[in-house]
Amino acid sequence: MADQGKLTLYSYWLSTCAHRVRITLNLKGLDYEYKAVDIVKGDQSEPDFVRINPMKFVPALVDGDTVIGDSFAIVLYLEEKYPQTPLLPQDLKKKALNFQIASIVSSGIQPLQNFVVVNYIEQKLGSQEKDAWHIDQFNRVFTALEKLLNGCARKYAVGDEIGLGDVFLAPQLYYVIKKFHMDMSNYPILARLHAAYEEIPAFQAAAPENQPDAPSI
Amino acid sequence: MALESIEPQKLKLYNYWRSSCSQRVRIALNLKGLDYEYKAVDLSKDEQFDPEYEKLNPVKYVPTLVDGEVVVADSFAIILYLEEKYPQHPLLPKDLKKKALNIQIASIVTSTIQPRQNLPVEIDFIEGRFDLDKKLLWAQHYLNKGFTALEKLIKDCAGKYATGDEIQMADVFLEPQIHAGITRFEIDMSKFPTLARLHEAYMKIPEFQAAVPEIQQDAPRGS
Repeated sequence: MADQGKLTLYSYWLSTCAHRVRITLNLKGLDYEYKAVDIVKGDQSEPDFVRINPMKFVPALVDGDTVIGDSFAIVLYLEEKYPQTPLLPQDLKKKALNFQIASIVSSGIQPLQNFVVVNYIEQKLGSQEKDAWHIDQFNRVFTALEKLLNGCARKYAVGDEIGLGDVFLAPQLYYVIKKFHMDMSNYPILARLHAAYEEIPAFQAAAPENQPDAPSI
Repeated sequence: MALESIEPQKLKLYNYWRSSCSQRVRIALNLKGLDYEYKAVDLSKDEQFDPEYEKLNPVKYVPTLVDGEVVVADSFAIILYLEEKYPQHPLLPKDLKKKALNIQIASIVTSTIQPRQNLPVEIDFIEGRFDLDKKLLWAQHYLNKGFTALEKLIKDCAGKYATGDEIQMADVFLEPQIHAGITRFEIDMSKFPTLARLHEAYMKIPEFQAAVPEIQQDAPRGS
């Protein structure tokens, strides 16, 4: 097990990308300093953050003098450097399924809910259209995911151990169910997985409302 | 003792000439010297919805790779699978930081740029609701934004290629996106000198040349 240096995570409480990394850090038992970047206010353009991450994306991980941007890159970096609680099975086919699920979430769903895109649509077409479009996209991708999971999900997304697929699914499901109140009755496997994730301490601790920058209600 | 030589089953790649996701995998297969059978799935005729294809890949995207009994879908998953199963011409460096950089570049292409131009998603929606020429503006806006971010990221780490002097995963993901930007979305590459230089370099490499959309067997004549 690699010695843990000082880890710092630049994160926004509601960002599903940051949420993935928080889950990963928790699963691997890695302590980290939480640095909030309010992407709605535009903190990602502040000179201090730009110095760390000129790409201005959240999340960013600092590990000693290594800076990694992008949740996919961060999670795979953590997986290799801190192999405890591995997120990828040895079996090549199961490993590929985990990557496929993660990829569908990160390129098939998340970009569609990105608030810059959403604001653009709302501006052009109004709030109702925006919501209708959202639901349409979520349904399209969830239908595909449900079919895929039908072939491989058991206790978790790919088999009985938590894997990369779960790390990417959980924040997405959290977002659509808790923030969007989406009707999941057509997606029993996804709904069941969401319920399972809600029971796991490492996932609970990573939930948006438990972050230091979550607004107190 | 006579040994039966068992011909390894040829890889099959279900893909579409113009799909940049498919092009990534074609490049990776070529770089690793892996022969494959080209199985065309015509997205313009909705062939991805054929029951036969759906049985193979319930998600109905391209590309899908068949390697004997193993079926792998999604270009990211396929390339990481190939990287592990066929380690010749490795596409990821051993150094963790450089590896992360390659994944980051690939991820920027797949999650912030390519989805913006992706055929079924936004074009259909936009064509239905927006003017036809706004569709191009939409794609251009996000391609320019994405290329600006990539240019910033790569400027300081590029060598002969995107992350050094060897072809790596980042290059495999970059070239199809740059190609699409130039041929389909009229992106002005003079704004992105590093990306433009890389594109010129890729076009000198046979493995990249052979993967170009317009010369694939299912490309329409006169592409």
